[in-house]
Amino acid sequence: MTRISLNVDGASVSDDVEPRMLLVQYLRERLGKTGTVIGCDTSNCGACTVHLNGTSVKSCNVLAVQADGAEVTTIEGLAKDGKLHAVQESFRECHGLQCGFCTPGMIMQSVDLLKENPKPSEEEIRLGLEGNLCRCTGYHNIVRAVQHASGQAVNS
Amino acid sequence: MIPAAFDYVAPTSVEAALAALAQYGDEAKIIAGGQSLLPVLRMRLNAPEWIIDLGKIESLRGIRDDGDAIVIGAMTPHSVVGSDSLVAEHAALISKAVEHLADAQVRHRGTFGGALAHADPAGDLGAPALALGAQFVIAGSGGTRTVAADDFFVDLFETAIGEDEILTEVRIPKHTGWGACYEKFVRVAHQWPIVAVAATVKVDGGTISEARVGLTNMGSTPLRARAVEEALAGQSLSEDVVRAAAEKAADGANPPSDLNGDADYRRHLATVLTRRAVVAATGG
Repeated sequence: MTRISLNVDGASVSDDVEPRMLLVQYLRERLGKTGTVIGCDTSNCGACTVHLNGTSVKSCNVLAVQADGAEVTTIEGLAKDGKLHAVQESFRECHGLQCGFCTPGMIMQSVDLLKENPKPSEEEIRLGLEGNLCRCTGYHNIVRAVQHASGQAVNS
Repeated sequence: MIPAAFDYVAPTSVEAALAALAQYGDEAKIIAGGQSLLPVLRMRLNAPEWIIDLGKIESLRGIRDDGDAIVIGAMTPHSVVGSDSLVAEHAALISKAVEHLADAQVRHRGTFGGALAHADPAGDLGAPALALGAQFVIAGSGGTRTVAADDFFVDLFETAIGEDEILTEVRIPKHTGWGACYEKFVRVAHQWPIVAVAATVKVDGGTISEARVGLTNMGSTPLRARAVEEALAGQSLSEDVVRAAAEKAADGANPPSDLNGDADYRRHLATVLTRRAVVAATGG
Protein backbone atom coordinates (compact mmCIF):
# COMPACT_ATOMS: atom_id res chain seq x y z
CA MET A 1 0.00 0.00 0.00
CA THR A 2 1.14 3.53 -0.78
CA ARG A 3 -0.13 6.65 0.96
CA ILE A 4 -1.43 9.35 -1.38
CA SER A 5 -2.73 12.83 -0.64
CA LEU A 6 -4.43 14.91 -3.26
CA ASN A 7 -7.16 17.44 -3.83
CA VAL A 8 -10.26 16.27 -5.69
CA ASP A 9 -12.94 18.78 -6.70
CA GLY A 10 -11.78 21.19 -4.02
CA ALA A 11 -11.58 18.71 -1.14
CA SER A 12 -8.36 17.32 0.34
CA VAL A 13 -8.28 13.53 0.48
CA SER A 14 -5.71 11.07 1.76
CA ASP A 15 -5.77 7.28 1.33
CA ASP A 16 -3.69 4.12 1.31
CA VAL A 17 -3.98 2.57 -2.15
CA GLU A 18 -2.51 -0.36 -4.00
CA PRO A 19 0.04 1.03 -6.47
CA ARG A 20 -1.76 -0.72 -9.33
CA MET A 21 -5.03 1.14 -8.65
CA LEU A 22 -5.99 3.38 -11.59
CA LEU A 23 -7.00 6.98 -10.95
CA VAL A 24 -10.46 6.33 -12.40
CA GLN A 25 -10.97 3.41 -10.00
CA TYR A 26 -9.87 5.56 -7.10
CA LEU A 27 -12.30 8.32 -8.05
CA ARG A 28 -15.23 5.96 -8.51
CA GLU A 29 -14.66 3.22 -5.95
CA ARG A 30 -13.02 5.09 -3.08
CA LEU A 31 -14.47 8.56 -3.45
CA GLY A 32 -17.81 7.53 -4.97
CA LYS A 33 -17.36 10.02 -7.82
CA THR A 34 -19.16 7.92 -10.40
CA GLY A 35 -19.72 10.93 -12.65
CA THR A 36 -16.39 9.97 -14.24
CA VAL A 37 -17.11 6.82 -16.23
CA ILE A 38 -15.05 3.96 -17.63
CA GLY A 39 -15.79 3.58 -21.34
CA CYS A 40 -13.36 1.52 -23.35
CA ASP A 41 -10.83 0.89 -20.57
CA THR A 42 -8.06 0.96 -23.19
CA SER A 43 -7.33 4.73 -23.18
CA ASN A 44 -9.01 5.20 -26.55
CA CYS A 45 -12.43 6.66 -25.89
CA GLY A 46 -11.79 9.53 -23.48
CA ALA A 47 -15.00 9.00 -21.45
CA CYS A 48 -12.89 8.99 -18.26
CA THR A 49 -11.26 12.37 -18.96
CA VAL A 50 -10.55 14.51 -15.87
CA HIS A 51 -8.22 17.44 -15.23
CA LEU A 52 -4.94 16.66 -13.46
CA ASN A 53 -3.19 19.83 -12.30
CA GLY A 54 -5.27 21.81 -14.75
CA THR A 55 -4.88 19.77 -17.94
CA SER A 56 -6.98 16.96 -19.34
CA VAL A 57 -5.88 13.33 -18.95
CA LYS A 58 -7.53 9.96 -19.41
CA SER A 59 -7.95 8.76 -15.83
CA CYS A 60 -7.99 5.09 -16.88
CA ASN A 61 -4.41 5.62 -18.05
CA VAL A 62 -2.99 7.21 -14.90
CA LEU A 63 -2.17 5.39 -11.66
CA ALA A 64 -3.73 6.81 -8.50
CA VAL A 65 -0.22 6.97 -6.99
CA GLN A 66 0.88 9.19 -9.90
CA ALA A 67 -1.74 11.72 -8.78
CA ASP A 68 -0.15 12.04 -5.34
CA GLY A 69 0.13 15.74 -4.49
CA ALA A 70 -1.97 16.74 -7.48
CA GLU A 71 -5.17 18.67 -7.97
CA VAL A 72 -7.89 16.71 -9.75
CA THR A 73 -11.10 18.14 -11.17
CA THR A 74 -13.84 15.77 -12.32
CA ILE A 75 -17.14 16.48 -14.04
CA GLU A 76 -18.62 16.62 -10.52
CA GLY A 77 -16.44 19.59 -9.62
CA LEU A 78 -17.31 21.82 -12.60
CA ALA A 79 -20.58 23.33 -11.35
CA LYS A 80 -20.15 26.13 -8.82
CA ASP A 81 -22.77 27.09 -6.21
CA GLY A 82 -25.40 24.93 -7.87
CA LYS A 83 -24.87 26.62 -11.23
CA LEU A 84 -23.73 24.53 -14.20
CA HIS A 85 -20.44 25.39 -15.92
CA ALA A 86 -20.95 27.25 -19.21
CA VAL A 87 -19.85 24.16 -21.19
CA GLN A 88 -22.28 21.91 -19.29
CA GLU A 89 -25.03 24.43 -19.98
CA SER A 90 -24.09 24.50 -23.70
CA PHE A 91 -24.22 20.72 -24.04
CA ARG A 92 -27.73 20.86 -22.55
CA GLU A 93 -28.75 23.81 -24.70
CA CYS A 94 -27.44 22.34 -27.98
CA HIS A 95 -28.44 18.76 -27.15
CA GLY A 96 -24.80 17.68 -27.40
CA LEU A 97 -25.58 14.17 -26.25
CA GLN A 98 -27.87 11.24 -26.83
CA CYS A 99 -27.11 8.30 -24.53
CA GLY A 100 -24.86 10.56 -22.45
CA PHE A 101 -22.12 8.06 -21.70
CA CYS A 102 -19.34 10.01 -23.41
CA THR A 103 -20.60 13.34 -22.05
CA PRO A 104 -18.49 13.68 -18.86
CA GLY A 105 -15.31 13.17 -20.89
CA MET A 106 -16.52 15.34 -23.79
CA ILE A 107 -17.28 18.20 -21.43
CA MET A 108 -13.98 17.91 -19.52
CA GLN A 109 -12.02 17.86 -22.79
CA SER A 110 -14.07 20.76 -24.19
CA VAL A 111 -13.30 22.85 -21.09
CA ASP A 112 -9.60 22.10 -21.57
CA LEU A 113 -9.79 22.92 -25.29
CA LEU A 114 -11.47 26.29 -24.64
CA LYS A 115 -8.94 27.16 -21.96
CA GLU A 116 -6.11 26.75 -24.50
CA ASN A 117 -8.04 28.16 -27.44
CA PRO A 118 -11.05 30.33 -26.43
CA LYS A 119 -12.34 30.78 -30.00
CA PRO A 120 -11.62 27.53 -31.85
CA SER A 121 -12.66 26.99 -35.46
CA GLU A 122 -14.86 24.02 -36.28
CA GLU A 123 -11.79 22.08 -37.43
CA GLU A 124 -9.92 22.95 -34.24
CA ILE A 125 -12.88 21.73 -32.17
CA ARG A 126 -12.98 18.41 -34.05
CA LEU A 127 -9.20 17.97 -33.72
CA GLY A 128 -9.26 19.00 -30.06
CA LEU A 129 -11.87 16.34 -29.33
CA GLU A 130 -10.23 13.59 -31.40
CA GLY A 131 -9.40 11.64 -28.25
CA ASN A 132 -13.07 11.41 -27.29
CA LEU A 133 -15.37 8.98 -29.02
CA CYS A 134 -19.16 9.33 -29.29
CA ARG A 135 -21.16 6.50 -30.86
CA CYS A 136 -24.52 8.30 -30.97
CA THR A 137 -24.43 11.88 -32.15
CA GLY A 138 -22.14 11.87 -35.16
CA TYR A 139 -20.44 14.73 -33.26
CA HIS A 140 -22.43 17.53 -34.92
CA ASN A 141 -24.27 18.72 -31.82
CA ILE A 142 -21.14 18.31 -29.72
CA VAL A 143 -19.30 20.67 -32.08
CA ARG A 144 -22.25 23.07 -31.88
CA ALA A 145 -22.19 22.92 -28.08
CA VAL A 146 -18.51 23.92 -28.01
CA GLN A 147 -19.13 26.72 -30.53
CA HIS A 148 -22.02 27.94 -28.37
CA ALA A 149 -19.96 27.78 -25.19
CA SER A 150 -17.23 29.87 -26.85
CA GLY A 151 -19.74 32.56 -27.80
CA GLN A 152 -19.40 31.87 -31.52
CA ALA A 153 -22.00 31.34 -34.20
CA VAL A 154 -23.28 27.78 -34.15
CA ASN A 155 -23.25 25.56 -37.28
CA SER A 156 -26.71 25.43 -38.80
CA MET B 1 -8.56 -4.24 -16.78
CA ILE B 2 -6.27 -3.95 -13.80
CA PRO B 3 -2.51 -4.47 -13.89
CA ALA B 4 -0.96 -7.33 -11.94
CA ALA B 5 0.21 -6.23 -8.49
CA PHE B 6 3.55 -4.44 -8.25
CA ASP B 7 5.54 -2.43 -5.73
CA TYR B 8 6.08 1.23 -6.40
CA VAL B 9 8.76 3.79 -5.73
CA ALA B 10 8.88 7.44 -6.80
CA PRO B 11 12.41 8.78 -6.29
CA THR B 12 13.02 12.53 -6.37
CA SER B 13 16.47 12.49 -8.01
CA VAL B 14 18.15 10.71 -10.92
CA GLU B 15 20.72 9.27 -8.49
CA ALA B 16 17.96 7.75 -6.34
CA ALA B 17 16.23 6.37 -9.43
CA LEU B 18 19.49 4.76 -10.59
CA ALA B 19 19.96 3.26 -7.11
CA ALA B 20 16.43 1.79 -7.24
CA LEU B 21 17.15 0.42 -10.70
CA ALA B 22 20.39 -1.16 -9.47
CA GLN B 23 18.55 -2.69 -6.51
CA TYR B 24 15.55 -4.16 -8.35
CA GLY B 25 17.31 -4.88 -11.63
CA ASP B 26 15.36 -6.74 -14.27
CA GLU B 27 12.33 -7.05 -11.96
CA ALA B 28 11.78 -3.31 -12.42
CA LYS B 29 10.27 -1.16 -15.11
CA ILE B 30 10.55 2.61 -15.36
CA ILE B 31 7.38 4.65 -15.82
CA ALA B 32 7.56 8.12 -17.36
CA GLY B 33 4.12 9.42 -18.41
CA GLY B 34 2.83 5.87 -18.65
CA GLN B 35 0.77 6.39 -21.81
CA SER B 36 2.35 3.35 -23.49
CA LEU B 37 3.31 1.35 -20.40
CA LEU B 38 -0.03 1.40 -18.58
CA PRO B 39 -2.02 -0.19 -21.45
CA VAL B 40 0.69 -2.88 -21.61
CA LEU B 41 0.43 -3.53 -17.87
CA ARG B 42 -3.36 -3.53 -17.95
CA MET B 43 -3.47 -6.06 -20.76
CA ARG B 44 -0.90 -8.00 -18.70
CA LEU B 45 1.53 -8.19 -21.59
CA ASN B 46 4.15 -7.32 -18.98
CA ALA B 47 4.07 -7.73 -15.20
CA PRO B 48 7.13 -6.15 -13.54
CA GLU B 49 7.50 -6.57 -9.77
CA TRP B 50 8.61 -2.99 -9.30
CA ILE B 51 7.59 0.26 -10.98
CA ILE B 52 10.04 3.14 -10.66
CA ASP B 53 8.22 6.41 -11.34
CA LEU B 54 10.31 9.32 -12.66
CA GLY B 55 7.39 11.74 -12.24
CA LYS B 56 8.79 13.42 -9.14
CA ILE B 57 12.22 14.24 -10.58
CA GLU B 58 11.91 17.92 -11.46
CA SER B 59 15.38 18.10 -13.08
CA LEU B 60 14.16 15.86 -15.92
CA ARG B 61 11.58 18.43 -17.06
CA GLY B 62 12.08 21.48 -19.23
CA ILE B 63 13.56 22.77 -22.47
CA ARG B 64 16.68 24.91 -22.72
CA ASP B 65 18.86 26.61 -25.30
CA ASP B 66 22.39 25.23 -25.18
CA GLY B 67 24.19 27.12 -27.93
CA ASP B 68 24.15 24.89 -30.99
CA ALA B 69 21.45 22.60 -29.61
CA ILE B 70 18.03 22.61 -27.97
CA VAL B 71 17.96 20.31 -24.96
CA ILE B 72 14.67 18.63 -24.04
CA GLY B 73 14.38 16.99 -20.61
CA ALA B 74 13.20 13.38 -20.88
CA MET B 75 10.13 13.95 -18.68
CA THR B 76 8.89 17.00 -20.59
CA PRO B 77 5.29 16.34 -21.70
CA HIS B 78 4.52 16.34 -25.44
CA SER B 79 2.11 19.26 -24.99
CA VAL B 80 4.94 21.41 -23.60
CA VAL B 81 7.33 20.40 -26.39
CA GLY B 82 4.64 21.05 -29.00
CA SER B 83 3.97 24.60 -27.84
CA ASP B 84 7.58 25.59 -27.09
CA SER B 85 8.89 28.53 -29.12
CA LEU B 86 12.56 27.40 -28.99
CA VAL B 87 11.62 24.03 -30.45
CA ALA B 88 9.44 25.68 -33.10
CA GLU B 89 12.27 28.00 -34.14
CA HIS B 90 15.21 25.60 -34.10
CA ALA B 91 13.69 22.13 -34.52
CA ALA B 92 10.41 22.72 -36.33
CA LEU B 93 10.22 19.09 -37.41
CA ILE B 94 9.69 18.09 -33.76
CA SER B 95 6.86 20.63 -33.34
CA LYS B 96 5.15 19.34 -36.49
CA ALA B 97 5.38 15.70 -35.38
CA VAL B 98 4.08 16.42 -31.87
CA GLU B 99 1.08 18.32 -33.23
CA HIS B 100 -0.62 15.13 -34.39
CA LEU B 101 0.87 12.67 -31.89
CA ALA B 102 -1.97 10.67 -30.29
CA ASP B 103 -4.60 13.04 -28.83
CA ALA B 104 -4.68 16.05 -26.49
CA GLN B 105 -5.07 14.04 -23.28
CA VAL B 106 -2.19 11.73 -24.15
CA ARG B 107 0.00 14.70 -25.13
CA HIS B 108 -0.59 16.22 -21.69
CA ARG B 109 0.59 13.10 -19.94
CA GLY B 110 3.02 11.36 -22.31
CA THR B 111 6.65 12.45 -22.27
CA PHE B 112 9.25 13.16 -24.95
CA GLY B 113 11.87 10.86 -23.43
CA GLY B 114 9.37 8.17 -22.50
CA ALA B 115 8.11 7.85 -26.06
CA LEU B 116 11.63 7.69 -27.50
CA ALA B 117 12.82 5.16 -24.89
CA HIS B 118 9.74 3.02 -25.60
CA ALA B 119 10.95 2.87 -29.24
CA ASP B 120 7.71 1.79 -30.86
CA PRO B 121 8.58 1.75 -34.60
CA ALA B 122 5.14 3.35 -35.20
CA GLY B 123 5.83 6.09 -32.64
CA ASP B 124 5.88 9.61 -34.05
CA LEU B 125 9.10 10.94 -32.49
CA GLY B 126 11.73 8.44 -33.63
CA ALA B 127 11.89 9.49 -37.29
CA PRO B 128 12.12 13.25 -36.52
CA ALA B 129 14.78 12.64 -33.85
CA LEU B 130 16.76 10.52 -36.31
CA ALA B 131 16.38 13.03 -39.14
CA LEU B 132 17.59 15.88 -36.92
CA GLY B 133 20.58 13.89 -35.66
CA ALA B 134 19.44 13.98 -32.02
CA GLN B 135 21.83 12.94 -29.27
CA PHE B 136 20.57 10.92 -26.34
CA VAL B 137 22.03 11.62 -22.90
CA ILE B 138 21.88 8.48 -20.78
CA ALA B 139 22.72 8.30 -17.07
CA GLY B 140 24.12 5.20 -15.39
CA SER B 141 25.93 4.38 -12.19
CA GLY B 142 29.27 5.27 -13.82
CA GLY B 143 28.12 8.71 -15.03
CA THR B 144 26.48 9.88 -18.22
CA ARG B 145 27.15 9.00 -21.83
CA THR B 146 25.81 10.37 -25.08
CA VAL B 147 24.51 8.16 -27.88
CA ALA B 148 23.92 9.41 -31.43
CA ALA B 149 20.50 8.86 -32.96
CA ASP B 150 21.99 6.49 -35.55
CA ASP B 151 23.04 4.16 -32.72
CA PHE B 152 20.11 4.71 -30.35
CA PHE B 153 17.38 2.65 -32.02
CA VAL B 154 18.45 -0.98 -31.93
CA ASP B 155 15.33 -2.99 -32.76
CA LEU B 156 11.61 -3.27 -32.09
CA PHE B 157 11.04 -1.60 -28.67
CA GLU B 158 14.80 -1.79 -28.05
CA THR B 159 17.25 1.08 -27.65
CA ALA B 160 20.85 1.59 -26.59
CA ILE B 161 19.68 2.37 -23.03
CA GLY B 162 21.09 -0.35 -20.73
CA GLU B 163 18.97 -2.09 -18.10
CA ASP B 164 20.68 -0.10 -15.36
CA GLU B 165 20.46 3.24 -17.19
CA ILE B 166 17.99 6.11 -17.58
CA LEU B 167 17.50 8.50 -20.50
CA THR B 168 17.74 11.98 -18.97
CA GLU B 169 17.66 14.40 -21.90
CA VAL B 170 17.74 14.65 -25.67
CA ARG B 171 19.92 17.19 -27.47
CA ILE B 172 18.56 18.35 -30.82
CA PRO B 173 21.12 20.16 -33.01
CA LYS B 174 19.63 23.45 -34.14
CA HIS B 175 18.15 23.46 -37.63
CA THR B 176 17.23 27.12 -37.63
CA GLY B 177 15.55 28.25 -40.84
CA TRP B 178 14.99 24.74 -42.15
CA GLY B 179 11.50 23.99 -43.49
CA ALA B 180 9.79 20.98 -41.95
CA CYS B 181 6.83 18.66 -42.42
CA TYR B 182 5.59 15.47 -40.79
CA GLU B 183 3.25 13.59 -43.13
CA LYS B 184 1.33 10.94 -41.22
CA PHE B 185 -1.01 8.44 -42.83
CA VAL B 186 -3.72 6.97 -40.60
CA ARG B 187 -7.09 5.31 -41.18
CA VAL B 188 -8.82 6.76 -38.12
CA ALA B 189 -8.15 9.69 -35.77
CA HIS B 190 -5.52 9.55 -33.01
CA GLN B 191 -3.97 6.32 -34.22
CA TRP B 192 -0.43 5.23 -34.84
CA PRO B 193 0.67 5.94 -38.39
CA ILE B 194 0.55 3.16 -40.94
CA VAL B 195 3.52 5.03 -42.41
CA ALA B 196 4.76 8.54 -41.68
CA VAL B 197 7.55 10.64 -43.18
CA ALA B 198 9.51 13.34 -41.35
CA ALA B 199 11.26 15.76 -43.69
CA THR B 200 13.30 18.85 -42.95
CA VAL B 201 14.98 20.77 -45.74
CA LYS B 202 17.29 23.76 -46.05
CA VAL B 203 16.79 25.79 -49.20
CA ASP B 204 19.14 28.63 -50.19
CA GLY B 205 18.12 30.79 -53.13
CA GLY B 206 16.17 28.04 -54.88
CA THR B 207 18.79 25.34 -54.25
CA ILE B 208 18.35 22.52 -51.75
CA SER B 209 21.52 22.72 -49.69
CA GLU B 210 20.62 19.82 -47.40
CA ALA B 211 17.67 17.51 -46.72
CA ARG B 212 17.02 15.10 -43.87
CA VAL B 213 14.25 12.52 -44.18
CA GLY B 214 13.11 10.00 -41.55
CA LEU B 215 10.60 7.17 -41.94
CA THR B 216 8.12 5.91 -39.31
CA ASN B 217 6.88 2.31 -39.30
CA MET B 218 8.93 1.23 -42.33
CA GLY B 219 10.95 -1.34 -40.35
CA SER B 220 11.69 -2.45 -36.81
CA THR B 221 13.25 0.94 -36.03
CA PRO B 222 12.86 4.47 -37.40
CA LEU B 223 14.89 4.81 -40.60
CA ARG B 224 16.73 7.54 -42.53
CA ALA B 225 15.79 7.71 -46.21
CA ARG B 226 19.39 8.40 -47.22
CA ALA B 227 18.84 7.80 -50.92
CA VAL B 228 16.23 10.57 -50.91
CA GLU B 229 18.52 12.92 -48.99
CA GLU B 230 21.36 12.32 -51.45
CA ALA B 231 19.11 12.80 -54.46
CA LEU B 232 17.91 16.15 -53.12
CA ALA B 233 21.20 17.64 -51.91
CA GLY B 234 22.60 20.35 -54.16
CA GLN B 235 19.70 20.26 -56.62
CA SER B 236 17.64 23.18 -57.82
CA LEU B 237 14.25 22.94 -56.20
CA SER B 238 11.63 21.71 -58.67
CA GLU B 239 8.67 19.37 -58.70
CA ASP B 240 10.53 16.89 -60.93
CA VAL B 241 13.55 16.78 -58.63
CA VAL B 242 11.38 16.16 -55.57
CA ARG B 243 9.28 13.54 -57.37
CA ALA B 244 12.34 11.63 -58.59
CA ALA B 245 14.00 11.75 -55.16
CA ALA B 246 10.83 10.58 -53.39
CA GLU B 247 10.72 7.48 -55.60
CA LYS B 248 13.74 6.25 -53.62
CA ALA B 249 12.00 6.59 -50.21
CA ALA B 250 11.64 2.87 -49.56
CA ASP B 251 15.13 1.91 -50.82
CA GLY B 252 16.61 -0.52 -48.32
CA ALA B 253 13.54 -0.47 -46.05
CA ASN B 254 11.94 -3.68 -44.83
CA PRO B 255 8.43 -2.61 -43.80
CA PRO B 256 6.05 -4.90 -41.91
CA SER B 257 2.86 -6.42 -43.33
CA ASP B 258 -0.24 -6.33 -41.15
CA LEU B 259 -3.99 -5.71 -41.30
CA ASN B 260 -3.41 -2.05 -42.14
CA GLY B 261 -1.38 -2.82 -45.23
CA ASP B 262 1.21 -5.15 -46.65
CA ALA B 263 4.85 -4.30 -47.19
CA ASP B 264 4.39 -3.24 -50.84
CA TYR B 265 1.56 -0.91 -49.86
CA ARG B 266 3.80 0.69 -47.23
CA ARG B 267 6.65 1.08 -49.74
CA HIS B 268 4.29 2.90 -52.07
CA LEU B 269 2.94 5.04 -49.22
CA ALA B 270 6.48 6.03 -48.26
CA THR B 271 7.15 7.44 -51.74
CA VAL B 272 3.89 9.40 -51.84
CA LEU B 273 4.26 10.77 -48.31
CA THR B 274 7.91 11.66 -48.90
CA ARG B 275 6.98 13.68 -51.96
CA ARG B 276 4.26 15.52 -50.04
CA ALA B 277 6.48 16.09 -47.01
CA VAL B 278 9.40 17.47 -49.03
CA VAL B 279 7.09 19.70 -51.07
CA ALA B 280 5.54 21.08 -47.87
CA ALA B 281 8.94 21.46 -46.17
CA THR B 282 10.19 23.51 -49.11
CA GLY B 283 7.23 25.83 -49.01
CA GLY B 284 5.17 24.17 -51.75
